[in-house]
Amino acid sequence: MKRLLSALVTACWLLAGAAHAGPNFPALTGRVVDTANVIDASYQQQLEAELTQFETDTQHQLVVVTLTGLQGYAIEDFGYQLGRHWGIGHKGKDDGVLLIVAPNERKVRIEVGYGLEGELTDAMASSIIQGIILPEFKAGNLQGGITDGTHAIITTLGGKAYALPVHPAASGSDSPIPGWVFLLLFLLVIFVRLRFGVGILAAGSYGSGWSSGGGGGGFSGGGGSFGSW
Amino acid sequence: MNKKLILWGALAAVALFVFSGINSIPRMDEKVKASWSQVENQYKRRMDLIPNLVSSVKGYAAHENKTLTEVIQARANATKVTINADSLNDPEAFKKYEAAQGQLSSALSRLMVVSEKYPDLKANQNFMALQSQLEGTENRIGVARKDYIETVQEYNTLVRTFPGVIWAKIYGAKVKPNFAAEAGAETAPKVEF
Repeated sequence: MKRLLSALVTACWLLAGAAHAGPNFPALTGRVVDTANVIDASYQQQLEAELTQFETDTQHQLVVVTLTGLQGYAIEDFGYQLGRHWGIGHKGKDDGVLLIVAPNERKVRIEVGYGLEGELTDAMASSIIQGIILPEFKAGNLQGGITDGTHAIITTLGGKAYALPVHPAASGSDSPIPGWVFLLLFLLVIFVRLRFGVGILAAGSYGSGWSSGGGGGGFSGGGGSFGSW
Repeated sequence: MNKKLILWGALAAVALFVFSGINSIPRMDEKVKASWSQVENQYKRRMDLIPNLVSSVKGYAAHENKTLTEVIQARANATKVTINADSLNDPEAFKKYEAAQGQLSSALSRLMVVSEKYPDLKANQNFMALQSQLEGTENRIGVARKDYIETVQEYNTLVRTFPGVIWAKIYGAKVKPNFAAEAGAETAPKVEF
């Protein structure tokens, strides 16, 4: 009886622990969740519109999220849990993608749902982060990096990247960015890496996919990529 | 008369409560197996990456023979140590499996550290792609392991607590071995550029 009782107590304790473990997540308020406040309102609206269009076109879900902090978690750890928590993507297909930016920790991650790991591989996610997002981030242009990165993800997943019709003056350009700029940036990064032995860039791809096996399940099993700037 | 009725009623209620859990053990057992196959999957995925990784490192860093051989051996060893879902209850086999994979993890992370010394290798497109895949896979392994840990925890709790403990006796279900929450060898090799 004593053993049974202690087992019961342990179980309750474990359950309580499991329920409380895990980070606090922001609310899913739209396709752009800018909790860190780094995207201008007008920009955000346009991104929202693009992401909605992307969803209509491809049936996949892409959510852009900026975080005020990672609460001590690694971004890849935070990312898949956030995806599962929000339930991004369609049930059974797990076809959601998250672009996560944590400006305070200077970390960025593309979290790929289980169902899209074939179309947006770790290597692709990694090259989007290294070649397109990080150069902008390093130049201090968070908004630009987020937008260009989002476009790159959209195009990779077979959607159409729509040129943002109105760029806020702050961004300094009012013409849509042509494709060769991306290529140039990419080449530049490779060049920089070659030249400087690349102590400045951290690369990586992480996989988590919103997998449905086991405990939580749903969105991701850990697929994607991350980087820091 | 009345007292007897209440007693019978109470007994029936308890019986109903206990019987309502008749499927809980097999159901949980299946869940454990499912999350195990995810773990195994991801470990396999890692093993599949290694031959390409090794050959691309060899092209640039052939004289890192020792590290390369270690990886190859650890992989060969890990290929031999397998568990099927039905023998997950065996703590010995489980430990062996984890040790083999842990060895591979550390051999791999040494290889990644060594590869840092070769700028040409690091700039190689093929290697970069493999590296991002490896990192992705290490992360997937981490996620799958965490899911497995949680599922087994749930299973073990069920098996050890009332009313599950009654069913566990009937089914002969025992507490299953689990991964350590955060084994050092299992953390993904951090590859800094």
